[in-house]
Amino acid sequence: MKIVVCIKQVPDTHGGVKFNPDGTLDRGAMLAIINPDDKAGLEAALRLKDEYGAEVTVLTMGLPKADDVLREAMAMGADKSILVTDRVLGGADTWATSTTLAGAIRNLEYDLIITGRQAIDGDTAQVGPQISEHLNIPVISYAQDIKMDGDSVIVQRQFDDCYHVLRAKMPCLITALSELNVPRYMTPGGIFDAYDTEVTVWGRADLKDVDDANLGLKGSPTKIAKASDKVRNAKGDIQKLDTAGAVTYLMEKLTEKHII
Amino acid sequence: MDFTLSNKHLMAQSLFRDFAETEVKPLAQEIDELEIFPEETVKKMAKAGFLGIPVPKEYGGQGCDPLTYVMCVEELSKVCGTTGVVVSAHTSLCIDPILNYGTEEQKQKYIPQLACGEWLGAFGLTEPGAGTDAQGQQTKAVLDGDSWVINGSKCFITNGKYADVYIVIAVTGIVEKRGRKQKEISAFIVEKGTPGFSFGTKEKKMGIRGSATYELIFTDCRIPKANILGRQGNGFSIAMHTLDGGRIGIAAQALGIAGGALERTVAYTKERVQFGRSIAQFQNTQFQLADMAAEVEAAKLLVYKAAMAKTTQKVYSVEAAVAKLYAAQVAMNVTTKAVQLHGGYGYIREYEIERMMRDAKITEIYEGTSEVQRMVIAGNLLK
Amino acid sequence: MALEEYRGVYIFAQQTNNKLDNIAFELLGKAKDLATALNTDVTAVLMGFGIKDLADELAAYGADRVIVVDDSHLKEYRTEPYVHALTGIINRFKPEIVLVGATSIGRDLGPCVSARVSTGLTADCTKLEIGDFPLNPVEGKEQKHNQLLMTRPAFGGNTIATIACPDNRPQMATVRPGVMQAIARIDGAKAVIEEFNPEFIPNHKYVDILDIIKSANDTTDIQQAKILVSGGRGVGSAENFRMLRDLADALGGEVSCSRAVVDSGWMPKDLQVGQTGKTVRPQVYFAIGISGAIQHTAGMEESDIIIAINKDETAPIFEVATYGIVGDLNKIVPELTKHIVWAHGETATSHKKTAFQK
Repeated sequence: MKIVVCIKQVPDTHGGVKFNPDGTLDRGAMLAIINPDDKAGLEAALRLKDEYGAEVTVLTMGLPKADDVLREAMAMGADKSILVTDRVLGGADTWATSTTLAGAIRNLEYDLIITGRQAIDGDTAQVGPQISEHLNIPVISYAQDIKMDGDSVIVQRQFDDCYHVLRAKMPCLITALSELNVPRYMTPGGIFDAYDTEVTVWGRADLKDVDDANLGLKGSPTKIAKASDKVRNAKGDIQKLDTAGAVTYLMEKLTEKHII
Repeated sequence: MDFTLSNKHLMAQSLFRDFAETEVKPLAQEIDELEIFPEETVKKMAKAGFLGIPVPKEYGGQGCDPLTYVMCVEELSKVCGTTGVVVSAHTSLCIDPILNYGTEEQKQKYIPQLACGEWLGAFGLTEPGAGTDAQGQQTKAVLDGDSWVINGSKCFITNGKYADVYIVIAVTGIVEKRGRKQKEISAFIVEKGTPGFSFGTKEKKMGIRGSATYELIFTDCRIPKANILGRQGNGFSIAMHTLDGGRIGIAAQALGIAGGALERTVAYTKERVQFGRSIAQFQNTQFQLADMAAEVEAAKLLVYKAAMAKTTQKVYSVEAAVAKLYAAQVAMNVTTKAVQLHGGYGYIREYEIERMMRDAKITEIYEGTSEVQRMVIAGNLLK
Repeated sequence: MALEEYRGVYIFAQQTNNKLDNIAFELLGKAKDLATALNTDVTAVLMGFGIKDLADELAAYGADRVIVVDDSHLKEYRTEPYVHALTGIINRFKPEIVLVGATSIGRDLGPCVSARVSTGLTADCTKLEIGDFPLNPVEGKEQKHNQLLMTRPAFGGNTIATIACPDNRPQMATVRPGVMQAIARIDGAKAVIEEFNPEFIPNHKYVDILDIIKSANDTTDIQQAKILVSGGRGVGSAENFRMLRDLADALGGEVSCSRAVVDSGWMPKDLQVGQTGKTVRPQVYFAIGISGAIQHTAGMEESDIIIAINKDETAPIFEVATYGIVGDLNKIVPELTKHIVWAHGETATSHKKTAFQK
């Protein structure tokens, strides 16, 4: 069985955001990690490999330093790794990203593609399902459990208050939730081997059946009109009010901030 | 001379740090308070390959170098001195001598299971009458047909009772050397559960209280003839060479304890406000922290150098002694200052810094006291 | 087909077990604003099996028209038949805007549909309005008007971005539940109802539903909670924490506490926030009856919004609070809870707006 796992290198926005002295976001201080949902997807693939035997290939689209996440994935047990990197691919929204990844995957043999549900920087949860559209294969999102059944997968698909048990024939794509499992640690030996294994590097030319019009910033239908970083809170308001006044004040703030 | 760590060492370091923060740190206080051996942690470390780091792949190990192993002990010790020594004693004092002196059969029999952590290892040299004077050994092993019969006891044995495999040093006879009678000392591999091998006192200690420190008791304990490790009569030199490697592990433990204490203290001094400012803003604090940092950095270089010496040299006794002597001293110094810089909170067990000071002390004592390290260094200087 | 020919604001009216989800009404509320600005109307897309009679409810909340796809293939949500149906509607009716709820259904449906019709999708929008792109005119570049401007958080919530989709149609966005406002219900409102049959032909992308299982609730992990209602010594007793529990329940959050509370035996240690407890980073942290000594604030000062309630105005907690109330927590907390429950009960199904909703 061949499994392709798509992973993304992201800044650790959950693990402690740091601010510059002027109160703006210090992006440089953030550690680069494997996106948590993707890591769970990789762990799911490795468990399938442990149980049923499989070849696991990890694929990432990113800057050259995304090499780090591929090494980490191999140190956890992935067999092969591919880095898709090219200037013309930069600035891509989810349409262009999914087009790129699909173009890379078309070069590979696969029974199962696993992606994370969403990345903690983009937070869109779109790339996985869009890859399945480009490749014309079934997709099951929000997987909280994955099992094999002959030529099909049996997946528990999470909804808000229940879950469905679904069966899909392979090849298909599954998006993983970080709640799916607790990823294993790398092993020291795995790390040493990972750095001895070659990472395959692909550029635009290696993508199959894609149109330049759909790649990179130019190929992205959604465009950023404006973006600004959150500024750290300065000391806030202090109110001395009676009960009714205090409640009114708080309700106003909670509504304004969409808490209620 | 390139002092930068390679990518793979950096990644290994972050693996150890991540594991230590996530799995070891939350339990450190409890295992110290309740003197519990961290069995669950050992299982997790086994799964992650931490119990066979420098062991060659062909014996089921991770195939990494001594530096990687040292970084593992260091990172673990930053958050828990106990957990660090579990790995150190197992790897340096049990796996290493079997790898260096064992027959192929012994290696095949013991190493794979030790390296994957299914079995834990320990080393029994010390006796009530034989500490620094290791030649004061009284435990005897007598050949009787197809077995060695061991009688005697060992004390202060790390990983005692939990370990499955023990390297035991014993007297096998008297020999004459240059007209003087001398004890013939040999090394043996003894498995837990062997009839006649039992455990006595569990020691209550000042520090590394989660570490299982037990008395080993041998009463007509019969082990197969094939379980002698190395040549008969070579036991003392096997023990000494094994301790050289062990010292590097303990130096790493001391380094980790010092480094962990320093990190906590830096964070604390930034938070603690007195006289309207953080105490980190007072020059007295800054100068102390600077001295502590310089000491830790120096210790680190000595420890890593000793690890590199073990990779490339057959004999590394002096490098190991220098590293352990200095790192242990730094550990004591830095942790004592760390407690002081925490003020009253430094004395409160919940803040964990006092535990680091208690843990640091043993690094000046076991696997060769600092006095012994000085003997080794001076002996080399003056030969 | 020219972009200008795409007209109409459409929303996906999500239903679960043949009951309309609140997100449908919230999307209609926003769709009304957008449609007014664009001088067009609001269409709700209703898909399911045996759901025709839900159409009137959509009209009551602002739908001018309801397109109904009623088919046994749509009985339970499955990606392919739903994607096929919504795609069919888009291709047939050419809406300029399509809004979908950012729910576990919408975040599956949305991306597949947007990819299939080759357009852009912006996820988890917190603000939608009609405007120009580029926002300010740029020399040599065409400034397009009447564009949907979609504002959303990114980077773990640390960045706010405004996105447009100027060259593709429809402009698609997903919106989180609880963000937009439904309009006041209009009794007796009627919409034009149009039935649509996209022709379902099961193919390799149709998955089989083997079972449907209700979920049980997970155990508390305060580090995962988005809202924490935290109490300190000022709460006074273990029994009094009931009041904080009620507030937490009303907000969909969890209860946490300071060390003093754990030491007094009122709460278990795993709820402790602070230097020797857990470090938390929720969206909202209520510090109730907590003095705010560094031993505690070190564990929560990175929270997005900190709301402190304490009777001592010199308490250090006010140094880190976003909104600080000097007052009696015993009076304020239950009253606040009451108002929140009241406000939540107001959405979608009742007539009155409270004084607190804008």
